[in-house]
Amino acid sequence: MGFLVFTLGPVLFSFGAAFTNWNLMKTVPFHWVWFGNFTKLFAEPDFWLYLINTVYLMLGIPVSIAVSLFLAVLLGQRLRGIVVYRTLFYLPSFTAGVALLILWKALYNPSFGPINTLIEMFLNAVGLTNVQAPTWLSSTKNLLALGAERVEIVANQFGLGARDAIIIMGIWTAAGGGNMLLYLAGISNIPQELYEAAGIDGAGRWAQFRHVTWPQLAPTTFFIFIMSFIGGLQGGFEQARVMTLGGPAGTTTTLSYYIYTKAFEEFQIGYASAVAWVLFIMIFAVTLVNWRFGSRYVNE
Amino acid sequence: MLLPFLWMIFASFKPMNEIEQFRLNPLPVEWHPENYTDVLNNKDISFKRYYFNSVFVAAWVTVLSCFTSSLAAFAFARLRWPGRDSVFKLYLGTMMIPGVVTMIPNYTLMVELHLLDSYTGLIVPAAFTAFGTFLLRQFMLTIPQSLDEAATMDGASHWQVYADVILPLARPGLIVLAIFTFMGNYGSFFWPLVLIKSEHLRTLPIGMLYFDTMYGRQTNLIMAASVMNIVPLIILFVVLQKYLVQGIQLGAVKG
Repeated sequence: MGFLVFTLGPVLFSFGAAFTNWNLMKTVPFHWVWFGNFTKLFAEPDFWLYLINTVYLMLGIPVSIAVSLFLAVLLGQRLRGIVVYRTLFYLPSFTAGVALLILWKALYNPSFGPINTLIEMFLNAVGLTNVQAPTWLSSTKNLLALGAERVEIVANQFGLGARDAIIIMGIWTAAGGGNMLLYLAGISNIPQELYEAAGIDGAGRWAQFRHVTWPQLAPTTFFIFIMSFIGGLQGGFEQARVMTLGGPAGTTTTLSYYIYTKAFEEFQIGYASAVAWVLFIMIFAVTLVNWRFGSRYVNE
Repeated sequence: MLLPFLWMIFASFKPMNEIEQFRLNPLPVEWHPENYTDVLNNKDISFKRYYFNSVFVAAWVTVLSCFTSSLAAFAFARLRWPGRDSVFKLYLGTMMIPGVVTMIPNYTLMVELHLLDSYTGLIVPAAFTAFGTFLLRQFMLTIPQSLDEAATMDGASHWQVYADVILPLARPGLIVLAIFTFMGNYGSFFWPLVLIKSEHLRTLPIGMLYFDTMYGRQTNLIMAASVMNIVPLIILFVVLQKYLVQGIQLGAVKG
């Protein structure tokens, strides 16, 4: 029993400690401001921008999941050399980290990065010489034309900018990763008879996918979605810190990065904790959805 | 898929002017392996030290984590005590808390304990994870109880059952946990960023960040550094593939 207390203790302690810093100001002038931090953060227009940034970056999640599914289906075909391909696809996910972020920062370099080089080659070949390649990480443009100063649709903001760069990188990193493996496992669990029955009924490859593969994978998809959603809400920190330092005009600052800057660069621990708690409540809400609806999908 | 990696490798061997000019052939005209030695011998950024730090810290975290998680998993899987299942659910619940929420109180805790900017501060908080306990518990549940009973009948205490029966059988699970923990810690960014101020204690990710900040314009050096960062991971991955895939499926099947 002693072992148990020893291991549980620190976890519970950090759990408890998370509650204690709720409304405290900096350690020196110490006084309780109760909900002051919260009203301040909701009134702050930048907070809403960062929230939108976080959500915007999450738009890549469905794409990433779709690619994972696609790759899993591809790999599930029992071709030769499957292990090699699986390794290759999983590699970006496995080596993810600061080194990759720095690599992508170089790739996105507007002057000599290979991405723009290729784009320019393509544009020249097609004859669109007056179209400029996007400036990626230094641009505030984005696919939804959301303005940076005030959060609204602004016409000349349409394009590919920092946030989109991060999304693309995110898809590359995650597509062949854990989700793909989960799908692979799911696919291998689908009984062959279902496919054979569908074949007998005259279903072609696409129809088989829609009516056999997709529904059978529904629990997996649900799980992946929830996990990705939760991860996405908390994410974007490393990208912001390493690649853009919060982005041109604050466009790549996600909530996690905002919490970090407030807590560890400006030392406003109380305010940062308040933001962290808002984030937690959002995540908790998603988790509740998982509990409520997840059990419906589990077929034991 | 692999193109970024290829570009990285080629770029790491080029001199800077080659990177800046536009050529159709991606291979370097002249190969400059001294980019690598330049990075390693750089006076401002002691790369070798960062390598050591990362491996040292990650190794300790892995060992401690396996130890504490296996003990906790044993307690949850095998021992009977009141409230066991509710506590387990609570324990699992802590996994849901976003890292940022616990980072701030942990940081203040480290300040109070004077563990800022130290190896201990890096290792200890990371050594306790609910994930490890969860994974090992799932694994231990699959070990038949009859083995325990046989051992107890021979007069074994709890500790002996743990050490001589369960632990050896849980080895695959432990290996998976060890791999994941090591990997996770090797690339851990937030916590060392916040905790470490001295240059000689930096871990690899932080070192890379500073390297990029100072030498960012020299893409070829940066790429050499990135390659050195990633290669150990790739080697580990190729060697340990089987266990990894097993581990992900183990952790996820129960949902």
